[in-house]
This record gives sequence, structure tokens and C-alpha cells, in this order.
Amino acid sequence: MALLSLIVFTPAVGALVLAFIRNEQTVRWTALGFTALDFVLAVMMLAGFDATTHAMQFTEARPWVPALGITYALGVDGISVLFVFLTALLGWICVLASWTAIESKVKEFMISLLVMQSLMLGVFCALDLFLFYVFWEAMLIPMYIIIGVWGGEGRVYAAFKFFLYTLAGSLLFLVGVIVLYLQGGQTFDIIALSNQDIPFSVQSWLFLAFLVAFAVKVPMVPVHTWLPDAHVQAPTAGSIILAAVLLKMGAYGFLRFSLPMLPEASVYYSTAMLMLSALAIVYGGLLALAQDDLKKLVAYSSISHMGFVTLGIFTLNLRGLEGGILQMFNHGVTTGALFLFVGLIYERTHTRSIGAYGGLMKLAPVYTSFLALFALSSMALPGTNSFVGELLVLSGGFAANPAITAIAVLGALLGAAYLLGMYRKVALGPVRLPGGAKVRDVNARELIAILPLAVLVFWVGLYPKPFLGIIDASVKHLLVRVHGEGSGQ
Amino acid sequence: MDPVTSIRPLLAVVVAGLAALAILLLKNRERLRDAVSPLAAVVMFAFVASMAPTVLAGRTIDLTLFEILPGVDFAFRVDALGMVFASVSSLLWIAASIYSIGYMRALNEHAQTRFYACFATSLAAAVGGAFSANLFTLVIFYEVLSLVTYPLVYHHEDEEAWAGSRKYLVYLMGASKSVLLAALALTYQIAGSLDFVPGGLLAGTGASAPLLTAKSAIMPMHAWLPAAMVAPTPVSALLHAVAVVKMGVFCALRVIFDIFGTGLVAALGLGLATAYLVSFTILTASIYALTRDDLKARLAYSTVSQLSYIVLGAVLLSPVAMVGGIIHIAVHAFSKITLFFCAGSIYCASGKRNISDMAGIGRRLPWTMGAFFIGSLSMIGVPPTGGFVSKWYLALGSVEGGEIAFLIVLLASSVLNAAYFLPVSYVAFFGKEAPESTPTVREIPMIAIPLVATAVLSVAVGLFPGYFIALAERVAG
Repeated sequence: MALLSLIVFTPAVGALVLAFIRNEQTVRWTALGFTALDFVLAVMMLAGFDATTHAMQFTEARPWVPALGITYALGVDGISVLFVFLTALLGWICVLASWTAIESKVKEFMISLLVMQSLMLGVFCALDLFLFYVFWEAMLIPMYIIIGVWGGEGRVYAAFKFFLYTLAGSLLFLVGVIVLYLQGGQTFDIIALSNQDIPFSVQSWLFLAFLVAFAVKVPMVPVHTWLPDAHVQAPTAGSIILAAVLLKMGAYGFLRFSLPMLPEASVYYSTAMLMLSALAIVYGGLLALAQDDLKKLVAYSSISHMGFVTLGIFTLNLRGLEGGILQMFNHGVTTGALFLFVGLIYERTHTRSIGAYGGLMKLAPVYTSFLALFALSSMALPGTNSFVGELLVLSGGFAANPAITAIAVLGALLGAAYLLGMYRKVALGPVRLPGGAKVRDVNARELIAILPLAVLVFWVGLYPKPFLGIIDASVKHLLVRVHGEGSGQ
Repeated sequence: MDPVTSIRPLLAVVVAGLAALAILLLKNRERLRDAVSPLAAVVMFAFVASMAPTVLAGRTIDLTLFEILPGVDFAFRVDALGMVFASVSSLLWIAASIYSIGYMRALNEHAQTRFYACFATSLAAAVGGAFSANLFTLVIFYEVLSLVTYPLVYHHEDEEAWAGSRKYLVYLMGASKSVLLAALALTYQIAGSLDFVPGGLLAGTGASAPLLTAKSAIMPMHAWLPAAMVAPTPVSALLHAVAVVKMGVFCALRVIFDIFGTGLVAALGLGLATAYLVSFTILTASIYALTRDDLKARLAYSTVSQLSYIVLGAVLLSPVAMVGGIIHIAVHAFSKITLFFCAGSIYCASGKRNISDMAGIGRRLPWTMGAFFIGSLSMIGVPPTGGFVSKWYLALGSVEGGEIAFLIVLLASSVLNAAYFLPVSYVAFFGKEAPESTPTVREIPMIAIPLVATAVLSVAVGLFPGYFIALAERVAG
């Protein structure tokens, strides 16, 4: 059974079906049905995943363009499997989040959302570099449409900026891919390329080309400026996808390409990468501290949190890498949830200004309680998912470079400051609402979207073993590739 | 001796957690809701007490729930140090739960359900922290405690409360984010585990001195935090006198004893440096207390000073001083809770907060002011109260360690204690009542009974200190 193909293309089939449906309510239910089915398939994949090996699993390979050595090859290992799961989970959550928030062109929106879903899943499953690039580039189009059509007032500017930044990165990536193809024995097979020995001088250039492409996606300072604009203008589902999945792709690129294919260059540039990460952590945190717009605050906090991810990856040791990958997953859960929450309140009051709110706890206790949970998770409170991730990242960081890691700790402090400050202003104090708006608490539909994320916060926070178990074998294998035999640590 | 495996440490924590849940569910049935806390307190104390004989016999009670990271479990371990903290907290919860009912009803306070629920959760966190087997578990409970006490601090929801609560959270979270997280990561990196090990987890690892220095220097500072703000209600002030600040000191002791190990602390020369720092705290805080007219503020600064005794006992690194420091956890809790109860009692009965307004109030509130006097004596360290026992051991320890300077600090601070506590009793009993004072000021039974009980405890622990000395000697080895 071609499980991965099923997972990747179920949403696309759903999009096709949607094209023939007129009734808006039916469109919503159909979209939900296909994304839910996709999630069930992803759970089956996770259940059948063998955590004891680093080898690719559920592999499929069919010749596509044999003349150029291009194959349709899919597979997952410990590094990608969690993100396939996360993407599938957020798929139906995004549909629920857009249930009433999207009022015009519902059908078109759901089609874009489902196509996007397929392409993102494709990126995480592709084992052929060409196929990967196709998915990677094609993803830009539905995202551009989602922001540009259903976004806020500045949507056209934001969508264009998003497109330009990522396209510029992608072009360098394309150059890199071609060089890699020529240097690496004329193959697009990602596994084969991961075992090629490329001369250091070439590696070094390739690393920089890839760096630009991936750094834009992560995003790392100083190429982060598209992110706040895109987030602020995007509709809620767009923000969730952007934060939870798209940002992960940059980090995934480092893990799938830079580290295994360019190991010497990765080691060579690791200190610089750690510095850039620490810079992102602190700078993103400072920017978040200065925001009055809820969405901007969460967007800048993403930059800071993704800094922890890249910090973990470029420690190039076991704890750091495992922490970094776990933190990618955690950030998807927590920040996805935070954007969902911003969307929920915006839907009710039509303002995102923190200063306009106050005392929401009294009006919507369930909403504010969950908001507290995710804010605490975002600031890495012990017992929540991010704490485990940050602990591992910092622990690895102290082994790799204590001085830079010490700077990163400051970023954690900033996280507590802006999140608690936001929560206090919005939820506590005397009741204040923009324009005398009425606020109802979360309803059953919204609660269903929130609950799985809340469960994951505690699950990873208190019992991360299954998650770390899944990534362990692949990370150890990756480290052997980077540092040579006998360096499992 | 082999550790005993038992589910009781978990049950003790769960009881308080369930109580919080029950309180939330019973929010519309006030009488039933109010009965939950005392009931849960008694059950929790029973669980804790049932474990005491095992610990006194030199065995630990272990319960490992699940692995969090390789080398880090979510696990409980009941040992002598944890037992001191847990028995004090659970015993005092019984008194405090009855007292708070009297207090909340007398003042007809708002948001009582939230108050009781947070109160119960904070007790769960305190006892959970006491029974934690490693730094990870301890930090989880520590953060829970910081968070659930936050609503208690902003309880009044006025300007002063918001300002205070903000400061409170900034200090607690700031310290934990900037120091605790890094320290945890570094410890994990060096030792590959976060377990509490008698003799020190990091002993013999050649841990890098600079960061450890930073960590141990900041720990005692922790005690400053609650005093930085004066809790808006005496009941929450009581929490800060017992649960939160004791948790801070308890963490410091845990780190000194079971993470660094006294050997490493001595080798790095941290003991003496920290001892000087806390001595400075003892004296400065006492002088601060002397200048406060608000009774609660005076008590809060006194707490800062008294908590430093506990840390001083630990860092003098002499077994006798350690015993003194550990006993002081119990002694200070019993006495200080009495004093805070009294401040609340005065406020409920008369609405007065400033000492200068309390002239002659002892004649109207004889039980309250009598208890206050006993509590003061214990704080000063007059025999036969509990304060005498701990100060005796501390003094003996400094002499034994050849550190006469600290003996002088202890004596000087006793004089200061007397200087800021005794005038309160003097004014209350011998001061001239203001002519316009109303005769309606009288004792409230549900408030007076718990505070008399804790006053009796303050003396009892001085007359029969055997239990706590036995536990403390187990810790000090």
C-alpha cells in the first residue's frame, strides 16, 4: 500500500472534489472530511513507524523522467515523520479555524488550503531532490493566494513581499541543486547525495547558497522582515500554516540537505550559525516586547523561538539536535495554537490591539484559560513541551559554545516578559473591550480544534520519550555523517 | 538501607489537587466548598505523617512515575529534608484553612472560590516540591507554585494589588528564566542527570566554578522577592511566609546539599562568600523592618531576615549549624504564621494596619495579642520557644566552625528582632486607646482558635524539638 502517496494526495483529491460542490456548508464539511481522513492516515503511519532504524520507511519509487534520473520517490525517517504528522493534524484544525472566519469565496479558500496541504506533505516526504524542489516551489502559489485574497488591508503588499523573499531564496536553492546534481554523480536521489563526498570548496559555496534559501524560510535575522507582514495580513488558517509548517521547512532543509550533504561546511560554519541563532533569539524577543498588535507579537516570538531551533541544530551534538527537532514540533503546536487564539478573538472583536483589551478572564474564562496554557508553553514553563525542547537545546548549546548559549538564555527571559505582559493586559484587570463588543466564550467546534494541541503541550512536556524515541536513531545516524564514525554523541 | 516504594507521596500531592478541583466544582454551594480545604488538609497531613516513621528510621520512600529524558525521571523521593518541609506545610495548612474561612467571611471577600482553589493548589505544589526526587520535578512544582500564588497576590484587584503582583511575577519568573533554566541545562550537560544525590550530584565532576557561583549567590536573593511587595491580604501573606519563601529556601538547600554537595561548596570557597552575603541580608532586612509602621510590611522584612538564618546554617558547612538551619524551617514557619494570623485578626476586628494605631488593642483582643507576644519571643529566640533551639544550634555551629563573626551577627540580629517586635506588644497592651475607638472590636472565634494553636506549636517545638532534630541530623549526616 502506498501510504505516503495516499497521505500526500488525499487533500489534493479533496480539492478536486470541492471544485464540483456549490453549497458553502457542504464545502466546509467535505474539506473537513478529507483533512480528517488525511489525519487518520498520518496516525496510521506514525503507528507503523519503526523507531529503531534510521532508514527511510514507507518508501515508494517510480521512474518519472528516467533520462535525467528523476524519480517519484517518497519516504520518511525520524526527522520528517513528526512533521508529516503535525501537518496532517493542523490540516483539519485549519479547516475548523476557517469555518466562520472565512465568509467570502469559501470554496476557493478551502481548495487553496487543501492544495497547500498536499504540497507541504510532499515536501516532507520527498526523497528526490527534483520532486522536493517542485513541491517546495509550488507551495508558494496557494500561500500567495491565501494571503493575497483573504488577507487584511495590506494583503497585496504582504503577499508580494512574502513571494519575493522566498522566491529569491529559492532561486539560489535551484542553483545549488544543479551544482549538487553535477558534483554528486548526476543523481537527484537525496539518500545517495547524502553519502557523496563533495570537495570542501564546493561544499562551502553550496552551504551559503542553501543558507540563503533556508534562512528566509526559518526566518533568521536579518532576512526575517517578510514574516510579520505576512502573518499580520494572513487569515487565521494562513497564519497557522505559516508558523506551524512553513517555518519548519527552513530548519528541515538544514537537516535534510546542509548537514548530511555538506558535513564539513556545516561544521565549518557552525559557530557563525550559532551566533545568528542567538541574534535571532534576542532580537526577535526584543521586537516582540515592543508590539501592541497581538499577531505581530506572536510573529516576532516565532523568530525568537526558531532561533532556538537553529541553535540546537548547529550545536551538532545529540542533545542539541534532538532538542532542536523537538522544538520545531513544539513550536508548531504552541505557536499554531497562539495564532488560532488571536484569530478567535479577532473574529469576535475585530481588533488585535493589546491595549484595547482587559479583563477577558471574566467574560471568556475557557478562552483565557487555554490562552494562558499556550502562553506558558510558549515561554517554556516546566511541565510543558517547550521546556523539554529548550532544556535539551541549551544543554547541547553549553557543550558546543557556552558564551553564545548564555546569550540565548536572555532570549528565554524576554519570552517570559512579553508573553506574561500580553496575558496580564488582555485577560486580567478591569473589563475593557473594543467598541463595546460582545464576547462569547469558545464553542464546541473551537474547543475541538484546541484540545489536541493542549494535549500535545502536556504530553511532550511530561512524557517526551515517545517523541524523542522517534527521532533518536535518525539523529544519531546524521551525527555519524557529520562527525565521522564513532561519534554518536 | 533500601528505599521503600510507595504511592503515598503522590497521594499527598493529589489530595490537595483534587481539593482544588472540588472547590471549583462546588463554587455555588459555599458551605460545602469551605469544608473541602480543612478536610483535604487533614487527609494530606495524615499521609505525610504516615511516612514519618520510615524516614526517621533512615530510609527513603521512592516513587518513579515515568522517564522524562534519559537520566531524568518524574519522580518522588521522601527524605529527611523533604519531610521537614512537608510536615510543616501540611500541618500548618490545617490551621490556615480554618483561619482563612474565618477571615474571608469576616471581610466578606470577593472571588473566594478562586482564592481557595489557588490556595489548595499551592499546597499541592509545596508538598510536591518537598517530595521531588530531582531538580526537574522540583522546578515543575516550583513554577506551579509561582503561578498559582499570582492570583492570590492580585486578589484585591486594585491599583496596589496589580502593581505588587506584577513585581512579584517579574521577580519570580525573571529569576527562574534567567538562572534556573540555564542552571538546569548546564547541570544536565555536566552530570547527565538532575537527580538529588546525598553528597552532591556534581561532586567530583570538576564543575565550572563561575556559573555555579552565580547560581548560589542568587539563591538567597530569592528570599527578597516576596518582601519586595506586601501581599494585599494577610492570608496570602501567610502563604508567602510559609509556602513560597520556604520553597525558595528549600530549593537553595537542595541545591547546596544534593546538587553541589557540601564538599564542592567548600572546595570552591562558596560557603564563606555566601555566608557573608546572607549575614548582610539578615542585618539589613532587620533594619528595614525596624522602620516600617505597617505591621505586615514589618513582618515581611522580618521574614527576609529570618530565612537567611536557614541559608546561613547550610553554608556554614558545620553539621551543627546545618541542624540549626533546618530546624529553623519549622520554627520560623510556626512562629511567623502566628504573627501573620495576628495581623489579619487585628485587621478583621478593627480595620487597622499600622502599628501606631494599635494602642491599647491588646485589651480588646487578648488572645490575638497574647499569641503575638509568644510568636515575637520565638522570633527573638527566647527560651523555651522554638526560636531558642534553632538559634542555639546556629550559634554553636558558628563557634564550632571558628567563625565568631557570624555569632556576632546572630546576637546583633536578636537585639534587632527584639527592637522591632516588642514595641508592638508594648503599644498594644500598655498604649493609651484613642478616645474615639469603638467597643465593637472583639475576637472572632474562627480566627482566634487557629492562631492560638500555632502559638502553642511555637512553644511546643521549643519544648519537644526531638522530631525535627532527628530529621535535621539525618540531613546533616
